[in-house]
Formats: sequence, structure tokens, C-alpha cells
Amino acid sequence: MLTQLSATELAAKVRSGDVSAVEVTEAHLDRIAKLDSELGAYLHVDREEALRQATAVDAMVKAGNGGFLVGVPVAVKDNISTLGMPTTCASRILEGYVPPFDATVVAKLKEAGAIVIGKTNLDEFAMGTSCENSAFQDTHNPWDPDRSPGGSSGGSAAAVASEMAPLSLGSDTGGSIRMPAALCGIVGFKPTYGRISRYGLVAFGSSLDQIGPFGRSIEDTALLASVLSGHDPLDSTSLPDSAIRSEGLKDGSLKGLKVALPKQLFGAAINAGVMDALEMAIENLEREGVSCTQVDMPSIDYGVTTYYIIAPAEASSNLARFDGVRFGPQVQGDGHIGNFSATRGKLFGHEVKLRVMVGTYALSAGYYDAFYHRAQQVRGLMAAEFESVFRSYDLVMSPTSPIVAFKLGELKQDPMALKMLDLCTIPANMGGFPSLSLPCGFSQDLPVGMCLTGPVNGDERLLQTAYAIEQALPWGHRRPPLP
Amino acid sequence: MSISLEEVRHVARLARLDLDEPELLAFQGELNALLGHFQDIQGIDVEGLDPKPHAVGLHNVWAEDLARPGLIRDEALRNAAVSRAGLFIVPTIIEE
Repeated sequence: MLTQLSATELAAKVRSGDVSAVEVTEAHLDRIAKLDSELGAYLHVDREEALRQATAVDAMVKAGNGGFLVGVPVAVKDNISTLGMPTTCASRILEGYVPPFDATVVAKLKEAGAIVIGKTNLDEFAMGTSCENSAFQDTHNPWDPDRSPGGSSGGSAAAVASEMAPLSLGSDTGGSIRMPAALCGIVGFKPTYGRISRYGLVAFGSSLDQIGPFGRSIEDTALLASVLSGHDPLDSTSLPDSAIRSEGLKDGSLKGLKVALPKQLFGAAINAGVMDALEMAIENLEREGVSCTQVDMPSIDYGVTTYYIIAPAEASSNLARFDGVRFGPQVQGDGHIGNFSATRGKLFGHEVKLRVMVGTYALSAGYYDAFYHRAQQVRGLMAAEFESVFRSYDLVMSPTSPIVAFKLGELKQDPMALKMLDLCTIPANMGGFPSLSLPCGFSQDLPVGMCLTGPVNGDERLLQTAYAIEQALPWGHRRPPLP
Repeated sequence: MSISLEEVRHVARLARLDLDEPELLAFQGELNALLGHFQDIQGIDVEGLDPKPHAVGLHNVWAEDLARPGLIRDEALRNAAVSRAGLFIVPTIIEE
């Protein structure tokens, strides 16, 4: 079945003329039609538009042209702008909004011959860890539809895990790519901040946000990262010489690899089943010659608090653009400011309003020094602690999520428990470090993810090591129990 | 440290969020819970530490001052709630 093939295999088959881009796209559209009413991964699928793109790609291939992703369908998180296709951020405030431009990553996908097959569900404005904050629908975990796929990029993770797309895009502000990748049993990668352009990503926490790829293998994920990356003059935080090269991906070795295991992420905060799965994986890796050492990294304990000051502060400023004038629906109030406040009060969801309130408070006169300024100092402390560990170790390893996929609704009444799910992933955003999650075992028949983090600009080395680890662990081929 | 209902109302006004009474009360509870957690970083010694405002700092990023195509007016206005004569329409702000 075409939907079971990897992106690498699909592109090779389309390039050689073995199958057409239209056939590949139809196979995935058919699978979406069959499964997505149950899973709810997609917010928007336009069959005709996808097939129109595929027909154009087939003509390109016939003419002897074609990029690295010819004929490969890619699902895009609905906070990434797509020309002529709705982009709602799963929020009522952007209902009906159709961007007049493509995000740089979407333009790059199209140049590479990929098919944008649909837009995926998320927690509203990427604020959440369960996808339950979407204003439109819940997304269900392909391993157990009663459970959450994680968040905020839950739709993108569920789409790839269920073979409704071989690849997808997410965004990661505090773990929003890696955490759902772990809960859905796939690979999710947040590159070094600045190596993939953020132009066209609806901003949440600008100093933390990073677009990144999902795939079912490290090879596919690295392929997509290489297509998306590179300097972009439209994003002034884009790094120079930022292309992520995927040549040499398979040349890594585990022998002599030095891995740091932070004590703070191997203790009581982590569920026992998750810990067992990770420890078994670590034993496997040690047999391959990896040396794993426990290290003390006390600043990790401050991560969640620091994040919940910095991210909302930046969000409160970024979300000021939603005024009901230039895009999205408008709710009538008293005069201009009245319209402004009524639109935002009625059309933002609860979690978004909470974070805008938290951020506004943390930035307001009298509290700025105690909260925002201090949080930035602690952020510096966290980054420095990781940098000092990277001087002695190749990478930092931990669980990706403290728990496996939880039941939908189970944590809804416990907002702090939901926020703690980002404990292991937040440090990489604080320091801009490249970080990925890959499947490393199972607990209660649900996937467990391993989080690997490397130094700034160590993206190639991280992917190379992750590829070697993936080959050494026996979990790669288990797929969710779906028809 | 706790936040009063009056302060919640003030923050909502600053944030341009029209909230009804039950919502204000709900946010008061949630903000106070979060503020409790914010105390966790108050005890850390940050004396003399530089704040880190960005993940990977770049300085003085310049762009060539060149004309390039932008959005055409009709496209920019297509998503507007109300537009007329090539303009976004908002209620009167300055009285005559």
C-alpha cells in the first residue's frame, strides 16, 4: 500500500516514474476519507486542490524536473500560512481567514515537489499539550482513540502516525512537536532556533517558536528538515548558512558516544512505565558502546515556571494583532476599542485568554522586574548549564513526556498537570538547542519517546546519532492498530 | 502575593479582553494559582546575570533597502471585517 511507504521511497518511485504523484496523493486522500472522521487530525482537506498540485508535479517529473520531495504529501499545522487555503490556528478569531501568501516553509515544500495535502488540528494558537484547546474539534490518538495525541501539534503527529500523510510540519515553543511525536510513536524534530524560517508562522512566543518536521523515521525527518532549512531574508532571526544537510546521515556510530542523563528528569516526576521503557533502551545502547552518565542539572526544575512567564509575555504582545479589523470575524462592541475588546473576549478560547492575561500582568508596571526580567535571567542560567554539559557530553537524553498518552478529558481539570508535561522539552527552547523525540519502547501498549538534545547548530550530528540509535532499538516498525 | 478582582479587571482592560463577571472570577483563581508557581524562581540568585531575551542571539541584522513586490491592495483587504473604497473601516475614533 502506498500509504505505508516512507517519504524517501515515495519520492524515489515518483521520480523514476514507477507511480505518479496523483496516485500517491489519491491513496493518502482515500485514507483520510476512511480514517479521519474518527481521528480528527485534519481541520481542512481540499481534495481537488491537492490533486491539482499532484498533476502539476507529474508534469514537472515528465519534463525531467523535480525536487527532493516529488509527489510526497505533507500535512501542515494550521498555524502556518498557506496561500489560498484556510489558516485558523484552531481559533474562532481566525475562522474564515485565507492567507494571501505562503509561509517560507510552504513555498519550499512546493518547490521541492511536495503536495500540501491538508491543514492539521492544534491547541488554539499552539497553546496546550493535548489538542483539547482547539476551538473546532478533538484529535484522537491513533494508538487508542480514547486518548489524546498530545499537543500542541497533535493533528500533525496523528496524521503521520496513522499513515494519512508520510510527513508533516509542526511548531515547537515548549515541546509542541516533540511531545505529540512521543505520544503518537513517531519522530519529531525541533531544529536549532533560526535554521528553519519562521516567516508565515503565526507567532506565539517569538524567541522560542521553531517550525520543524514529523516523520515515521529519522531518515524521512532529516530529508524534510533539509528541504525546509536555510537562510531566509524574510525572517530576521534566521541564521546565516543555516541549511541542514542530510548527507552523511547514516555514517554515525554509537561507539564512544557520551550521553548525559539529567538527574532531574529521571526521578519522581516521570511515570514508572515510561522510566522502565527508557531504561531498557539505555541498556540496549550501552551494549552498543554508548556511555551514559547521570548529571545534576538543577536549573531544569525552573523550566516550566520560567516558560510560563516568558511565553505568555511574548504571546500577549504577538496576539495584540487580532483586533477584528484586518482579518477574521468581528464582534460589535461600543466604538473602536469596544469592537476590539468584544471580538477578543468572545472569539479567543479560555486558555488563550488566560495566557494573554498572564503575559499582560507579567509585563505590567511594577511586576516587570520580578517576573519577566528575572525569568530571562533564569533562562540564561538554564542555557549556560546545558552549554557546560555539552562541553563534556555529546548530547542530553531524557524521556520526552513524563507520561504516555492520557485519556481525552482526563487532565482537563488539572491545568498545572497539563503544563508539567513540557518539563523535559522546555530547556531546548530556552537555549535554542536542536532537540528531537524518537520512539524508544512501549508502556501499557502505548508508545514512549526518548528526547535527545544537542548543542546549538549540532543538528546534523544529532540526526546522525538519532539514526544510529533508531537502528539499534527494535521499535521502529510497530504501527498503531488501525484498519 | 495574590491578585484582587479589581486587578484582574484592570489587566483584562489592558489586554483588550471583554470578560463577563464569571470569567473574571475564574481568571482570578487561575492567575493566583500561577502566581503561586511564579514564586519558585524568586529565591534563585540571579545577581549580576545578564537576561537572555533570545534563543540564539543575532545582532544588527541589516537588509538591503530595495523595492520589492508587496501585497496588492485588494488582497490585503480580502480578509477585512469591513472595507470600503480601498480602506479598512473602523468606528469613528476622533470626534469632530
